Amino acid sequence: MTDQQEWPLWEIFIRGQHGASHRHVGSLHAPDAEMAILNARDVYTRRKEGVSIWAVPSSAIAASSPSKKGPMYDPADDKTYRHPTFFDIPKDVGPM
Amino acid sequence: MYAQMVKSEATQDDPEKLKAFQERIDAGDKIEPKDWMPEGYRKTLIRQIGQHAHSEIVGQLPEGNWITRAPTLERKAILLAKVQDEAGHGLYLYCAAETLGVSRDEMTEMLLDGRMKYSSIFAYPTLTWADMGAVGWLVDGAAIMNQVPLQRTSFGPYARAMIRICKEESFHQRQGFDIMMKMCSGTPAQKQMAQDALNRFWFPALMMFGPSDAESKHSAQSMAWKIKMNSNDELRQKFVDQTVPQAEYLGLTIPDETLAWNEDKGGYDFAEPDWGEFFDVLKGNGPCSVDRIATRQKAWDDGAWVRDGLMAHAAKKRAAKVAAE
Repeated sequence: MTDQQEWPLWEIFIRGQHGASHRHVGSLHAPDAEMAILNARDVYTRRKEGVSIWAVPSSAIAASSPSKKGPMYDPADDKTYRHPTFFDIPKDVGPM
Repeated sequence: MYAQMVKSEATQDDPEKLKAFQERIDAGDKIEPKDWMPEGYRKTLIRQIGQHAHSEIVGQLPEGNWITRAPTLERKAILLAKVQDEAGHGLYLYCAAETLGVSRDEMTEMLLDGRMKYSSIFAYPTLTWADMGAVGWLVDGAAIMNQVPLQRTSFGPYARAMIRICKEESFHQRQGFDIMMKMCSGTPAQKQMAQDALNRFWFPALMMFGPSDAESKHSAQSMAWKIKMNSNDELRQKFVDQTVPQAEYLGLTIPDETLAWNEDKGGYDFAEPDWGEFFDVLKGNGPCSVDRIATRQKAWDDGAWVRDGLMAHAAKKRAAKVAAE
C-alpha cells in the first residue's frame, strides 16, 4: 500500500440525444476532470446513452438538508392553483 | 445470489427513531444517504452491496478466461462487451456502497484479506467454450431473478444501480442462451459439450440463491427493511421453473433424476444442491478460490503505480495552472 490518497469522487451528468437537459447518472473515481470524462464515457455511455458529459467534483455539490424537507416543500401543497387543471374552462371556449 | 449469507447487523438505536424509520420503509419511501438510518441497516447494506460489487468484478475472471479463445471474432467482441459490462456493474455498486461511508479502496482491501466475500459461483472453473453459454444462461439468469425485485429496494442509490444493471443484464443471459443454442444444433460432440457445461453448472447455479432462509432472523430483518425482497427458496423455485423448459428446448437434460413437475404447487420438485460444498466454497475452498483472489491481488498491486502516477500528474497539472494564473 502506498501513502497516496484515493482518487477523488466525481458526479457524472449526461445529456441524451434528444435535447433534454443533462441528467445525473451516477458517480465515479478519477484523478482529474479529464480522466473523469474519459471514465464516464466507458462507465455510463456504452449504449449510446448520451452525446455530452459533465463531470463535477462531488465535494463541489451543495445539497439541501433532508431534515428540512417539510419547511422546504410543504408550502407548495396548498397551491394547486399553480396547475392549469385547477381552472374549469367551458368546452365552448375551444382549445386553451 | 451475488450477495450470499449476508448477516444483518443488530441495531441499538433509539426505538422512536427506529419506528419512524420502519414507517417510512413501509410507506414505500426511499432512504437516501444523508437520511437518518439505523446503524444495522447501514452496516448490513455495506456488506450486501459490497459483496454484490465484488461478485461483479471477480465474475469477470471466469469469462475473461475465454476472450482470447472465442471461436469467432463476433463472439469475441460480444464476450468482451459482456465482461466490460460486468466491470461497469461493479463500479455502479461500489459507488452505491460508498454513499454509506466506506471507500472503494477499503472494500477492495477487505475482499483481498478475506473480510468480504464474493459469490460462490465464481469459484468454479470455466473449462470449455460451452461454459460461456452456461454461465450467461444460468448464472446471469439466476442473477436477474434476484436483481429485478431489488430495483424496488428501500435504499435509493442501491435501487438506482439495480435499475441500470437490469437494463443491461438481459443481453448477458440471451448471449449465453444463444451460445447454447448454437452448440446444441452442432455436431454430437458439440452438443455433448453443452450438456457437460450444464451438468457442471446446474447445482452451483442453484447454490447462488443461498440455503433455505425460511427460519432465518437475518433474512426476516432484511426483508422488513426491504433490502431483501424474496426468500431464497422462492427465487430458487422461480429459477428452476423458468429454466427447465429452456433446457428442454435445447434438448439438454437437467442433471437431477428427481426433477418432476408437481401439479399441486404448480412448480417443479428438484434436488437440493450439496450445502456442505457451498459452505466450503464460501470459506474459500472452491476449486478456483485461491486463484481468483491471487488474480485480484496481482491486479491491485500491479495497478498501484498507475493509481499513484495519475494522482501525481493531476497534482502537477493543478500546480502549473495555479502558477500560470
